[in-house]
Amino acid sequence: MPVSAAEPIAKVRGVTKRYGQQVALDNISFELRRGEIVALLGPNGAGKTTAIRTLLGLTRQTSGEVLLFGRSPIERAGRLRTGVMLQIARMPESIRVREHIDLFRSYYPHPLPAAEVLSIAGLSDIAGKLFGDLSGGQKQRMLFALALCGDPDLLFLDEPTLGMDIEARRALWEQVRLLAARGKTVLLTTHYLPEAEALATRVLLLQAGRIVAQGTPAELKGRIQTSTIKCRTTVPEAMLRALPGVSEVRLEAAGSVLLLTSTPETLLRALLPLDADLHGLEVTGTAFEDAFLALTSRQPPATA
Amino acid sequence: MATAAVLTAHTDTPSQLRVYLKEARYELTKLARNRSFTLSITGFPVIFYLMFASMNQHSIYQGHLYARYMLAGYACFGAMGSALFGIGAGLSHERGNGWLELKRASPMPAGAYLLAKLLASICFGLAITLLLVGLGTLLSGPILSLYEVGKLLLIVTGGIVPFASLGLLLGLAMPPNAAPGIINLFYLPMSFCGGLWMPIDALPHWLQQVAHVLPSYYFSRLALGALGYSTASPLTSWSVLVAYTFALLGLCGLVFRRSEARA
Repeated sequence: MPVSAAEPIAKVRGVTKRYGQQVALDNISFELRRGEIVALLGPNGAGKTTAIRTLLGLTRQTSGEVLLFGRSPIERAGRLRTGVMLQIARMPESIRVREHIDLFRSYYPHPLPAAEVLSIAGLSDIAGKLFGDLSGGQKQRMLFALALCGDPDLLFLDEPTLGMDIEARRALWEQVRLLAARGKTVLLTTHYLPEAEALATRVLLLQAGRIVAQGTPAELKGRIQTSTIKCRTTVPEAMLRALPGVSEVRLEAAGSVLLLTSTPETLLRALLPLDADLHGLEVTGTAFEDAFLALTSRQPPATA
Repeated sequence: MATAAVLTAHTDTPSQLRVYLKEARYELTKLARNRSFTLSITGFPVIFYLMFASMNQHSIYQGHLYARYMLAGYACFGAMGSALFGIGAGLSHERGNGWLELKRASPMPAGAYLLAKLLASICFGLAITLLLVGLGTLLSGPILSLYEVGKLLLIVTGGIVPFASLGLLLGLAMPPNAAPGIINLFYLPMSFCGGLWMPIDALPHWLQQVAHVLPSYYFSRLALGALGYSTASPLTSWSVLVAYTFALLGLCGLVFRRSEARA
């Protein structure tokens, strides 16, 4: 069945997953499009794992529809164009890197050449090593390599850089960006928020089984719009509280003052004339982490 | 490359036979390189055979050397160990550590995974049988004809299947850390009571009654039959083994569906 370029790569429509009384996914819907890097974020227990497992066909949703390339991931044919990297405690240790790749390539109709898989994952020098002899970071790259074997159009990466050093992490990010530039779609979960911010073209924020926010990392930060103004001033606290647009005032032990606001420019115009000796001024925008925390704590969970 | 071409090119499936062969080859490689596995599944049958059978160098049982008679039982013992540990412990580990999940998320045909495990345990079962035949020949002279060795290998190949099914069931149900202990709880009593370690009529009468419900007993009857000893009809033995296989595979399906519902 041909899928046109405008068609989404993956479609999740009204998916609910219940375990007995507990609702893991509560009527979520989203689409993944060609060339996107989408990060699925949320606090522990928000439903990220269930969402990924449902998309992979490892668990069946209670209601709703999941389609990858127009087919259900429960069918084998629905999985022919996907590559998956999961958190795995151990895999067969007495098999060599090259052999693991050889086997996974055989599952796919048009696999990526083995040499290319090895080079993208940075394993070319250790292709002859047994899996059990690899370091933690190398094992992680081995799992990334398995996800690439089928030259997939849709990649699932679950905590891809866990246990990697900074250099290996940046190298993997670069490879993920290159894959997206070639038209591959990537769905990523991570606990490391800078990773989502650095990589994702779109973020889906999951909270208590619902998508509570989505957009680019910059849009999500904009959603919160709190800036922090830090300075040393003699203006009394009561006057600071009366300034236009101040949402919170904090006095720090070291004698500096923190002002939280969504309109830093207006506030500064009003503040600066009040104190000619004001110094140590710093204005910082929202950190992605602050946005994440604010957005996931804003709505209380619907179910206990 | 045109977008449409990229998106439609990848729909045909790869050669199934190649996938099955590769899966089997790497399963065999994996187990063969795992020294604690190969030592434990060959060690028991070899040491027991040497201790209990070959030491009685000149004793005669049912008209032939005792070591010849016992070769049948120990071949079955070795094959059972290879199936129970290779499949049971292997699956339990791969399931418990998330490896099976990654395989299931890939387009690997489920049959390739299962058949690879069966084929690997058959290979080890045959290798142990040949090892025992070699040991027996070394210690007691040429006790089997080539024809009899061939028949014994065929019986091992077919008779291992119900034990592979039991391994599958245990692998699906057991947590990885408990696997070796639980497997031995099945393996050792079944071997002893089934008459694999000593002739069945050397066992107490009530144990001989127990033997008649054990698949290990029927497996060893077939092996003895292959070496020319008179036993019950092979048809009965095969029927029992086939019934066990279906019952165990049915239970596997049940356990699998139950764990799927919770997943």
